[in-house]
Amino acid sequence: MSDSTATANGAVAEVHHEHPSYQRHHFESVEQQFDTTNFAMWLFLLTEVMFFGGLFTSYLIMRNWYYPAFVEGSHQLSIFWGTANTAVLLCSSFTMAMAVWSAEVRRKGMLLLFLGLTFVLGIGFLGIKGIEWHEKWEKSHVPGLRYSEASFLNPASDKEVYKEYHDKPLAPDMAAKTEQYFFLYFALTGMHALHMVIGVGILIFIMVRAKSGAYTSGHVTFVENFGLYWHFVDIIWIFLYPLLYLISRY
Amino acid sequence: MSAATIVTLPDQSTARIPKMNFLTKENGLLSWLLTGDHKRIATLYLISITFFFFIGGALAGLIRLELLTPQTSLMAADTYNKVFSMHGLIMVFFFLVPSVPATIGNFVVPMMVGAKDLALPKINLLSWYLYVLGGCMMIYTMAAGGVDTGWTFTTPLSTHYLNTNVASAATAVFIAGFSSIFTGLNFIVTIHKMRCPGMTWFRLPLFIWSNYAASILMVLGTPVLAIVLVLVVLERTVHIGVFDPAYGGDPILFQHLFWFYSHPAVYIMILPGFGVISEVISTFSRKRVFGYTAVAFSSVAIAVFAFFVWAHHMFIMGISNYSAIVFSLMTMLVAVPSAIKIFNWAFTLYKGSITFETPMLYAFGFMGLFTIGGMTGVFLGSTGTDIQLTETYFIVAHFHFVMVGGMLMSFLSGIHFWWPKWTGRMYPEKLSQLAALTTFIGFNLTFFPQFILGTLGMPRRYAAYPPEFQALNVFSTAGATVLGVGYLLPILYLTWSLKYGAIAGDNPWQATGLEWQTQSPPLTENFPEIPIMDHEAYDYEWLEKQQQKEVASVG
Amino acid sequence: MSEPGEHNENNQHHIVSPALYAVILAILLCATALTCGMSYIDLGEWHIAPGLTLFWNPVVALAIACTKMMLVVLFFMHVKYSTRLTKLTVACGLFTFIVLIGMTMTDYFTRAWGRW
Repeated sequence: MSDSTATANGAVAEVHHEHPSYQRHHFESVEQQFDTTNFAMWLFLLTEVMFFGGLFTSYLIMRNWYYPAFVEGSHQLSIFWGTANTAVLLCSSFTMAMAVWSAEVRRKGMLLLFLGLTFVLGIGFLGIKGIEWHEKWEKSHVPGLRYSEASFLNPASDKEVYKEYHDKPLAPDMAAKTEQYFFLYFALTGMHALHMVIGVGILIFIMVRAKSGAYTSGHVTFVENFGLYWHFVDIIWIFLYPLLYLISRY
Repeated sequence: MSAATIVTLPDQSTARIPKMNFLTKENGLLSWLLTGDHKRIATLYLISITFFFFIGGALAGLIRLELLTPQTSLMAADTYNKVFSMHGLIMVFFFLVPSVPATIGNFVVPMMVGAKDLALPKINLLSWYLYVLGGCMMIYTMAAGGVDTGWTFTTPLSTHYLNTNVASAATAVFIAGFSSIFTGLNFIVTIHKMRCPGMTWFRLPLFIWSNYAASILMVLGTPVLAIVLVLVVLERTVHIGVFDPAYGGDPILFQHLFWFYSHPAVYIMILPGFGVISEVISTFSRKRVFGYTAVAFSSVAIAVFAFFVWAHHMFIMGISNYSAIVFSLMTMLVAVPSAIKIFNWAFTLYKGSITFETPMLYAFGFMGLFTIGGMTGVFLGSTGTDIQLTETYFIVAHFHFVMVGGMLMSFLSGIHFWWPKWTGRMYPEKLSQLAALTTFIGFNLTFFPQFILGTLGMPRRYAAYPPEFQALNVFSTAGATVLGVGYLLPILYLTWSLKYGAIAGDNPWQATGLEWQTQSPPLTENFPEIPIMDHEAYDYEWLEKQQQKEVASVG
Repeated sequence: MSEPGEHNENNQHHIVSPALYAVILAILLCATALTCGMSYIDLGEWHIAPGLTLFWNPVVALAIACTKMMLVVLFFMHVKYSTRLTKLTVACGLFTFIVLIGMTMTDYFTRAWGRW
């Protein structure tokens, strides 16, 4: 019957042509490869949106039910570190976008510079997060592991926070709900931090490859797609900041 | 059945399997374990899911054996709980969800769009490894004593009242979920970006449309399952309290997040099956699918509406009546696109030249059984009747009609339809028709009595039941035995056909579709040159012209 | 698909300038300061109906956060210069997210309304 060179109507598409070494064989052109992997990364980001979506839904419900507990819980978070971290991450998004630009205009030195800055800012973010979490542990605000409601039953006992906010003591059942707030705090920032750690890890890989010129000869796909991931993690934090830190500071 | 058949095989005395094909291209274990070839990955998947199907089937056998008697005679009630939970988990996550997409879909999608492979071959291989990892985790769970929450992990039972292997079962499902996500992601990207020149959206086979819709559901729905399983494990280990009322949590929140995935999951399971049926019915009626656009758009409509209906699994769980109204209304709407498809297939059959090869027998079985299952779904979507029928055997019968009578039948239809393309060989037709018939009869005997049992009030997930229900249960178990034979036969004759089956040639079914224009089994790269699509889908006139041209040309 | 051999620098032939990135960063940082400052001010509420009140603080905070998100999406992630498909993909993600939250809320918001 029909032989193995059969095509739809006998017409044959372009004969096998020269292609760059980084073009995979099942793609017809570099442009197709770029478009395809870019689209694939966007779809992956959609899965991440829905993944965090479950946590945001839980947050929304608990905040509506236990608003006073959430307010007083959020007063325990340092507005200074939180805002600093937001600025750090926004700057890291800028440096990442600049890194992609550097790859696009094929300037290896600038690429390494901006990747390095992104890396430093990413580590900085994680460091600040570590400081915050450590403080939570010290003050016994880690749900399930080390939790005490003393700061909420009797806010005056926590001098620094009380000086700023003069919180009223919560009723015992509402004070117990502050543990829900902190669970969501750790779940959201923890899941976010996990994504940051993965991002930083891939960033190291990219920096090593960038040094050997992998991304400054026209093949920017990997850097561009990683940039999408990095910006997405930034966007999650853009929402976590007001939801966790800025509930009500008046 | 008439003796007419459209099967056209090459002259068996001279026909040979092509020497160079995807199976012979490379040898050795590593060439399989490190392959990027979508057809090899599909084969790996086929072997794996068949393995899990038989484990799940054995568990089903145990369930039916236990239910022969009203008392808990064969096993303790706790053990029975574990048996049906493992049956559900394995069948849903390790058989039904990957069944058509990961096996037939992986094999056929690139060829149908005219591409040399899926967009992301390494991700495809990763998807299989994740499936195997999740499967091993599930087998470990079984060996460690199983889990008895039901496949639905309902809180607070799963988080507070059990000391069975919930965490390992949840981890297994979590991993398998990512396998599913990556398959869906790969399909969406391939269908958008890898279509050959001339392959517009409306020239695609409807199998592609159905898998596209299912892939959207996989990508958008599965991550929510992932996060809710993480929360369950956190609840069990660290006692965070998100599902615990004593801490201010809400067990219903679990169900909202769980069913947000698990309702689209049932469409993930059935949509690819719809795709198979479109292909099979068209081929064996020698006719374009009636209302191509309607079938294509209804697939996407199902995918969209699937996200709006999940709380119909929760009508009796304590959600507010107002939201129950909203979800009930949406459920009525989601039934419409599925019904549209049944009408379209029926009109495809009308004035077609129908023959009754095995894939078509399964397709007929599908149309009848899925219609019954779907209609009973509408009864359940109405809150009033649902209160009576939910958590009874009516539900069990409903989902087995759509999943087994629907999905599994279409899976078998697809396996038989693409078997000649996959292996280059035909299976024995009479025996396969007998198996199809056996399956149909066994299925009805097994599950129809369960509708009656449910209406009479027999609860689901109970090892013991009131004695007045015994007769129907015995009926059901007898049917299950017949069904088991019906499922065993294909394994035996399909394996047999690998060595002794007739050589199939490129297009034994005279089907349209680019995959039938390649050799059987196909080359690793599918097409030596990317084809150019210049005709509509299901264009049987084009096929005839093509065959006349080949008869006229030399060799 | 383009001719074989032609290489594109990046998607859609458009390279965003560093100056624009810097402007966007400046706006983002200002928006952060703004949202931080607003959290110290009580913006009051809107009593829509008995039992249904809208507090302005979270609305403003979320509005600012959404604006920041759109700036990152459009400019840092190049969506403004991307294909319709990319824009549609982003929209689908947001839509599904809204459906998850919104339809779950149909249950939680209406529980207090009682049986009927």
